[in-house]
Amino acid sequence: MNTRRLGWLVAATTAAALPFLGMPVYLLHLAVQILLWGTVYTAWALMGRFGMMSLGHGGLLGIGAYVPALLWNFYGVTPWIGIPLAVALSVLVAVMIGYPCFRLRVVGHYFALVTLALSEVTERGIVAARNITGGSLGLTPNAASGTSLFALQFPDKRHFFLLALALWLFGLWVWHKIEGSMMRLSLTASVEEDAAAAVGINVTAEKLKVLALPISLTALGGAMLAQYLMYLNPGTLSGVMVSLQMLFAAVVGGMYTALGPTVGSALTITLSEFLRILFGTRFIGAANTLYGILLIVFTIFMPIGIWGFVGRRFAQRRAAPSVRLRGAGAPGRAR
Amino acid sequence: MDIFLVEAMLNGLLLGGVFALLALGLNLIFGVIDVVWIAYTELMMIGMYAMFWLYAKYHWPFLVAMAAAIALVALLGLLTHFLIIAPILDAPPINQLLATGGLLFFLQSFATLLFSTEFRNIGVRLPTLEVAGMFISVARLAAFGVSLIGVGSLYVFLRRTYWGVAIRAIAQDRQIIGLMGIDQRKVYGITSAIGGAFAGLAGCLLVLQYDVHPFIGLSFGPIIFMICVLGGLGNLLGGLAAAFIVSEIIAVGGFYVSIDLSYVLAFLIFIGLMFWRPRGIFTR
Repeated sequence: MNTRRLGWLVAATTAAALPFLGMPVYLLHLAVQILLWGTVYTAWALMGRFGMMSLGHGGLLGIGAYVPALLWNFYGVTPWIGIPLAVALSVLVAVMIGYPCFRLRVVGHYFALVTLALSEVTERGIVAARNITGGSLGLTPNAASGTSLFALQFPDKRHFFLLALALWLFGLWVWHKIEGSMMRLSLTASVEEDAAAAVGINVTAEKLKVLALPISLTALGGAMLAQYLMYLNPGTLSGVMVSLQMLFAAVVGGMYTALGPTVGSALTITLSEFLRILFGTRFIGAANTLYGILLIVFTIFMPIGIWGFVGRRFAQRRAAPSVRLRGAGAPGRAR
Repeated sequence: MDIFLVEAMLNGLLLGGVFALLALGLNLIFGVIDVVWIAYTELMMIGMYAMFWLYAKYHWPFLVAMAAAIALVALLGLLTHFLIIAPILDAPPINQLLATGGLLFFLQSFATLLFSTEFRNIGVRLPTLEVAGMFISVARLAAFGVSLIGVGSLYVFLRRTYWGVAIRAIAQDRQIIGLMGIDQRKVYGITSAIGGAFAGLAGCLLVLQYDVHPFIGLSFGPIIFMICVLGGLGNLLGGLAAAFIVSEIIAVGGFYVSIDLSYVLAFLIFIGLMFWRPRGIFTR
């Protein structure tokens, strides 16, 4: 085991132990939300960084959240079956939309607008089926008595924290996998489609391969958010605004780095909590006004995001001496 | 044929007029500047609020208030271009979409902050006409008529004026236009102002039919983007046709099932059509 892995293991164990060392419940609540949304944003960025900027993830999150909850409420099907079904369904839907898009080279803002329809269908569909889903009033999963592994309900936030942490680490692992194995291929596929196709890469297949894991992660995140909050609302767990929220957090945090989206998640959640505590409900919309301005400023001046910027600074500092050395000693360099 | 079905289809046609107006403005901006203003219907929302304040609160004459609202949103369009789009004009198009996504967040929340989430009605009750047993709202009829006038004047402007020709030229070839002695910045500015003015005009027309609230942009935005993609982004005529196709799907679907479901249906049909012609149904 190398030191890097050991470092991760120690960090993860420490994080897992934190709630059992007397972490206040409120902080725990924030941490669970940051981890769950962080996972979802990471999943979004996994596609976004390859040029597949989807506005349909809100819909996929909605499928992940609503399918297990509805199965549980109406048929008593355990989330252990409901969640895999929801994940499979969301991947299927994503492939159905992704395949023609990739095949016929719908990329960039065109891709964003086509996928936008998926978010809209899901949100409007949930609202329209109000007899089953509760519409815009929301849905509450039937509560099992106390802690129930069968119902995947844990009144003790500490248990949920462990679950959220595990999911988040899984998300980072997926990031690591994709970065390690397919990154170059898929980057080529998204940026230079003709070049990639010319050297024999099946661009469509590569893109579909990149797609499956992040989509599953998004649906899983949605399901866990629903299980944790025990309240589903089409406005907060599906739809266009949720898609935009993902895009915002990933861009501001930094969508080209593994931890960037989580930084975005931590930033948005702490900022809105801070504003809520400071102003109460007097200034509804204050947080989003600020997000809007931040998103504009970041896209214009710092598209690599906060974490990307920090990372680049680090890399520069570390690389600086060697660069100078090479520059000075380079033979035949024009002065 | 069922008289109520005819009525529904007629209403669909009237709704299509306003859709066409919005789709045209968005398509113009896309075709000329190559950016998607994802916050386009939020600009329309600002137009609706302007109408509400100027007409219902400060009692300006209707047409004066309307002119002021259109001018305001046209100005916002200019600002959007020069403050947000111009600095990143050479960045990948998706960055510009992100930046206007920020504008969407901003306008929506700022409106919430200023005006609260209360639904506001301008308080104009236009009568309903009865023609051959069908009921047609005058507000919708007026919206349709004014939309057609708007579409027509854009057509004349693009065909008959110097700047109109410049706009069409730049949409065809961005590189060569500087050599022809045309100021690209000015053309982009004019296009953005027209795009904004169209959003403002649509706002003035819709405020007669709908209550205004900070999230009204969201209930129109996705359908307008869908229309634009369906007609082919930047394709003015395609967008016009798509606007009426979509509004008919919604109206007829609403007649047979419900308005909620007919929107879902429209989006499903859209996704289905994307399999066939992802770059718009009128392109090969």
